[in-house]
Amino acid sequence: MLGILASIIDGVLVGLVYGLSAMGLTLIWGVMDVINLTHGTMIVGGMFGLYLLVTAAGVPPYVALAPVLVGGFLVGVALYWIAVHRMVGRPPLMSLLSTFAVNLVLIGIGTGVWGTALFNVAVSLPGITIGRYTFPGAHILAAVLAAVIAAALYLFLHRTRLGKAVRAVANNREAAELVGIPTVRVLAVSVGCGVALAGVSGLLIGTLFPFTVLSGDGYQLKGFVVTVLGGFGNPVGALMGGVALGLLEGAVTPFVPVSWTLVIEFALFVLVLIVFPNGVFARRGGL
Amino acid sequence: MPLMLRRPFFWVITAVVAVFAFLPALGDNVQLRESLALATIYITLASNLNLMLGYAGYINFGSIVFFGLGGYICIWLTDAHHASLILGLLAAGLGVSALAFVFGFGILRLRGPFFALSTIGIVEGVQAFVQNFEPWGGSAGIYVSPEVFAPLGGPARALWVIYFALVGTMGLSLYLSYGIKISKFGLGLLAIGQNEDAAAILGVPTPRYKAYVYSASAFLPAVAGGLYFFKSAFIQPADAFDLSLSTEALVVAMLGGQGTVTGVALGAYLYEELRGYLLVSETFSHFQLVVAGMLLLLIVLFFPSGLMGFVYSRFPRIKKVLE
Repeated sequence: MLGILASIIDGVLVGLVYGLSAMGLTLIWGVMDVINLTHGTMIVGGMFGLYLLVTAAGVPPYVALAPVLVGGFLVGVALYWIAVHRMVGRPPLMSLLSTFAVNLVLIGIGTGVWGTALFNVAVSLPGITIGRYTFPGAHILAAVLAAVIAAALYLFLHRTRLGKAVRAVANNREAAELVGIPTVRVLAVSVGCGVALAGVSGLLIGTLFPFTVLSGDGYQLKGFVVTVLGGFGNPVGALMGGVALGLLEGAVTPFVPVSWTLVIEFALFVLVLIVFPNGVFARRGGL
Repeated sequence: MPLMLRRPFFWVITAVVAVFAFLPALGDNVQLRESLALATIYITLASNLNLMLGYAGYINFGSIVFFGLGGYICIWLTDAHHASLILGLLAAGLGVSALAFVFGFGILRLRGPFFALSTIGIVEGVQAFVQNFEPWGGSAGIYVSPEVFAPLGGPARALWVIYFALVGTMGLSLYLSYGIKISKFGLGLLAIGQNEDAAAILGVPTPRYKAYVYSASAFLPAVAGGLYFFKSAFIQPADAFDLSLSTEALVVAMLGGQGTVTGVALGAYLYEELRGYLLVSETFSHFQLVVAGMLLLLIVLFFPSGLMGFVYSRFPRIKKVLE
């Protein structure tokens, strides 16, 4: 019984990181109704950013957060101009295809350069031991950092001028444009933030688990599950959805082989979409 | 059906199928046969994907599931249960279609992008299932003993039989695409693709039609999968659910022009030729996905109606002959 409790706590710690990644997905959806299918690959980008900075440049793992955050933002802005800008306002299927195409290119380059070998960044931090169970330090720190970054995003959206502009555009783009908000710039910033969040959460996941170029698929699917749990376009809901998914994973892992967890999560995804089309943690209004 | 016989396009399809069947057989040209066999698979996958994408406006990222599952069912029946190839193929097609119908009623309640996302989930789900399913060899897959080729007259002759079956599957796919397009059912699907709410209000039974077309688009890819994996006498999850094939089907359908029958077939043939060329060149062989992705991005950004869209806008009359 205690073992299950420990597994659940660990699941919640990891779930906070999933929530952070889903915030990036849901931010882009909320602002411009675009589903970013490069999300999983951007997560992998964060992982490889971590790997390269730690092994090649000798940067301590958690210091690598800053360059990955900035790099992710720049990549996101580039992604906006390449694949999203012409798609805004067109049927959502078109942006789905365009981001899917960019994802193929990135995956192709990634597998061409690194193959599909397993990479690992060893992070040794003292854990916290309670009774017979030890919670790894990396898991705790990743969860804390995820919560801090999520809080920072919340403050950005609610307290800064640019953040308020992002929310205004999400709410009603035409009205925002009428009151003088430079909507195109705001859209580019939103995609930048979304991708930066994917990269940072990828870095945090990279400190926990080994990864390959193709790891992104699974995390992207988790991102979608979390996003529908939290309600599309709702960052706070996404964080709660992440915790909920982590809770579920923690409760399920002791009983089910690992390869089935994705199937269970996918079933959950379809079920939630059908039963709660607005998300379990939905609230009214935009971002 | 008699209505179809009077249309010129029916005979265009028939002519194409005849060329595919006779060209390699004439000179006993094995190399040409292998290249065309791949083209038939692309055409089969892309035309059936087009039923969803081009007609009903639903993106299915997981069309490869039909192909892979069909392959597994056929291999499993012919190898472990000594069923004949025809029985295996029929079981593959019907089984996968039935499965798609059941799934379809569930996930097709999701609209547009959410449906597309759930098809990604289906790929992951089916792959995880197959990897854990012991009768199908788990992640190691199934090797077929060469004896299964005996009823077809030995391996060398079997390859020809399989090739003609693949051409037949391709032909049926094209007839199916065309038959649906000129039917009332197809009109309903096109209406769903234009505006689903309006279609429902005008009396198109949208959930039922979507489930039908999803199920119909599963049958022939499953048969093609059965033939393909029977031919290679080996199947494993990584090959059966290879994401790049389902991606390429999407690229092909968009390249030729979604919603058209000719365009998709033409796109498939052109893409197969392009791919063959790229595979030969040293620099590109590792970057096949990159090329496919670039191509898709350029089409989506600049030519969303594809090759046939361009042809139709230049020569509007051709629409009467090539649909």
